[in-house]
Amino acid sequence: MLKDITLGQYFPGDTVVHRLDPRTKILVVVFYIVAIFSAKGWPGYALSVLALAGCVAVSKIRPKSLFKGLKPMILILTLTAALNLFYTQGRPILPGWIITWEGIARAVKMVLRIMLLVTSTFLLTYTTSPMALTDGLELLLGPLKKLHFPVHETTIMMSMALRFIPTLIEETDRIMSAQRARGADFESGGLVKRAKALIPILVPLIVSAVNRAYDLATAMESRCYHGGEGRTRMKQLRFQTADFAALGLGAVFLALVLILRKLGL
Amino acid sequence: MAEIRTEALSHVYSAGTPFERTAIEAVSLAIPQGQFVGVIGHTGSGKSTFIQHLNALLLPSGGRVLSGGEDINRDKKSRRDIKWKVGLVFQYPEYQLFEETVYADIAFGPKNMELSPEEVDQRVREAAGFVGVESLFERSPLELSGGQKRRIAIAGVIAMRPEVLVLDEPTAGLDPEGCGQIMENIKNYREQTGATVVIVSHDMDGAAALTERLLVFNEGRLAMDGTPEEIFSRPEELLAMGLAVPRPTAIALALKERGLELDGPVYTRPQLKAAILRAWRAREGRAGTC
Repeated sequence: MLKDITLGQYFPGDTVVHRLDPRTKILVVVFYIVAIFSAKGWPGYALSVLALAGCVAVSKIRPKSLFKGLKPMILILTLTAALNLFYTQGRPILPGWIITWEGIARAVKMVLRIMLLVTSTFLLTYTTSPMALTDGLELLLGPLKKLHFPVHETTIMMSMALRFIPTLIEETDRIMSAQRARGADFESGGLVKRAKALIPILVPLIVSAVNRAYDLATAMESRCYHGGEGRTRMKQLRFQTADFAALGLGAVFLALVLILRKLGL
Repeated sequence: MAEIRTEALSHVYSAGTPFERTAIEAVSLAIPQGQFVGVIGHTGSGKSTFIQHLNALLLPSGGRVLSGGEDINRDKKSRRDIKWKVGLVFQYPEYQLFEETVYADIAFGPKNMELSPEEVDQRVREAAGFVGVESLFERSPLELSGGQKRRIAIAGVIAMRPEVLVLDEPTAGLDPEGCGQIMENIKNYREQTGATVVIVSHDMDGAAALTERLLVFNEGRLAMDGTPEEIFSRPEELLAMGLAVPRPTAIALALKERGLELDGPVYTRPQLKAAILRAWRAREGRAGTC
């Protein structure tokens, strides 16, 4: 049950998409998100779907695992669809009905937009290791250092959080089994009883997370970690030809969507 | 009081996904009431998966687990009731302590059984007595030493008065003194209640000295099943599975390699001593007659 969480999961591979510089991938995703929020008509949406499908095909990520990431979104998607379906003015599909043709079109577009947004960001985390992702983010946000924004600290916290998600899930599973062996019951009873049943899981989990954090801090300090100042990298990030090509393609795609929007399509 | 029996038990993790993995396959055995059983095997050999089936924490992918002739997984109630009968102590159980006081933590299991307050109190005191932590009742479990925490966690399971006590690596990560105390506590519990004890262990010397029967798991299958004497008289097979043998057995093997054959099973220190003396005398005798 807990193992189904896909957040921040990385599927190792050796495709062009995997090898791209993380900065390129982050920028292209940003282009993509701007594009899907600018798209107005069907041609714009069709282009966006095709572009993403192309990236997925090149990355060799199984579409099934991408759809799995959409599962937790079902509630939001249904709600969005329902609201747009019932609250859009226009021509009713049948005389006297509240559902309109415009409503259907808008519901489909909104749902599609959210799905593309989620899927594109999942494609980024599926093809980029958390380490590379935070490295890329740190370099991209570098200019903010001038404004005294703690870029390095923020990104290293992010990468540690991502790193420890699977560990914490495993730990939760283990504690749940142990308490279940002592007769704890997490499935039955009312809301209050179920909330109370979480205490035997949460207390040990927090205790061990805090201890783990102390251990990690000690381990880092004993290896002379002192923050981002003057820190060098073993793997220097460098843009390759493929990166310029990818960025170019991303820019062309964004421009096309914007032109379609201007044309009112 | 009843025996635990498994019939063609198998378990597959993440069935139907790319991460599918068969953890145990076709394990059939019976553990009679009161037996002291050791479970040994390499990491990933399926021994932890196996013991989690004994109290219905995991549902079999195939086969059945029977207690007193009845399937423990037949309905929701039986799955819950078996947890009182078969107490499972996980590896590093001290991580499951959560209450503000030691007393309250040991009482968690009995309280879940919906016993009367007097009965709960009696069981907590009894369980604490087995592991010798009565003086710590009002302390917070978080401020105690590793060995004390471990004993409190074990008391939390003993307090349910299980007929079968299953422990996964109960001495892992403890100093020798802590190990000795815990093994002593477990032995006492078994002697005084007649409970079955199933213990998963890496410590071959301990397994050899205490248990009446050993189950050896290898790659998800029950590879060997017999008394320590039977198992450790086939040390080559154990070594081939990547398992250690008790130190006395290892010494006997090393002597054999150097040309001194010891007779009889050798897996405890007294046996080793006797066997070496026997071999020595035999040699002396031959030297004398020459």
